[in-house]
Amino acid sequence: MAGDVAVRRRRFLVAGGAAIAAGALPAAAQQRFQPAHDIAPLLQKLTGGRAAERGGIEVELPQVAENGNSVPLRIRVTSPMTAQDHVSVLHVIAERNPRPLVASFHLGPQSGKAEVATRVRLAGTQKVTVLAALSDGGFRVAEVEVLVTSAACLDESL
Amino acid sequence: MLGRVQVPAQVKKGEPFEIRVLVQHPMETGFRRDMGGQAVPMNIVDKLVCRIGGREVFRAELGTGIAANPYLSFHAVAEQSGPVEVEWSDDRGERGRATALVNVA
Repeated sequence: MAGDVAVRRRRFLVAGGAAIAAGALPAAAQQRFQPAHDIAPLLQKLTGGRAAERGGIEVELPQVAENGNSVPLRIRVTSPMTAQDHVSVLHVIAERNPRPLVASFHLGPQSGKAEVATRVRLAGTQKVTVLAALSDGGFRVAEVEVLVTSAACLDESL
Repeated sequence: MLGRVQVPAQVKKGEPFEIRVLVQHPMETGFRRDMGGQAVPMNIVDKLVCRIGGREVFRAELGTGIAANPYLSFHAVAEQSGPVEVEWSDDRGERGRATALVNVA
């Protein structure tokens, strides 16, 4: 749809860890939404306690998603994808979803490129986190805020 | 279970190319209610794997946060022409598969 192109933005998260502000929502509107879970324990479990570095992950999500039941997501990680140095897993976490772990994608040298796309459900305006597990045991993380006008699971639409 | 996989018509040996998969599945979250107020039971495609030349190149674990009719795009390299096979299964044990032929120049 032509409208989507206008609102779609690519967000690059550089090593400085730029935070994207979705804009302040009035308190009354906030209460309609499912509260965000604390995803720190989930992240700890996925990283085994290791710290995740910011940067090197490009997360493409619309700034405004009209339909929370289907939100296009594309992830690109800068990586040579060689046997010695590649992304082994990409985890997608949506903090306000009833089940925050959305998906895990397993890649390897045979991927050639660490780039995956899908369509996710977002239960309201929230931060989407992408965690990349690297072959050397390290982790990278990126976060993007998405404004969702019709929330999946909460607003009765399909 | 129906689904399809698409690959480019022609790819270069060893160069990553995009594989796109679309599966027909309601991806019921278990949170929806039917007209009678009963919760519609959870039913999702939870596993998907892609193999080229019998070798696994991509694997996905999906949850209820993936939209209905799951769409996945990922990349792979191929050394020779042959089938790109994608298989998936849901949490009820239903399975599906689709194949596309990749032509390596």
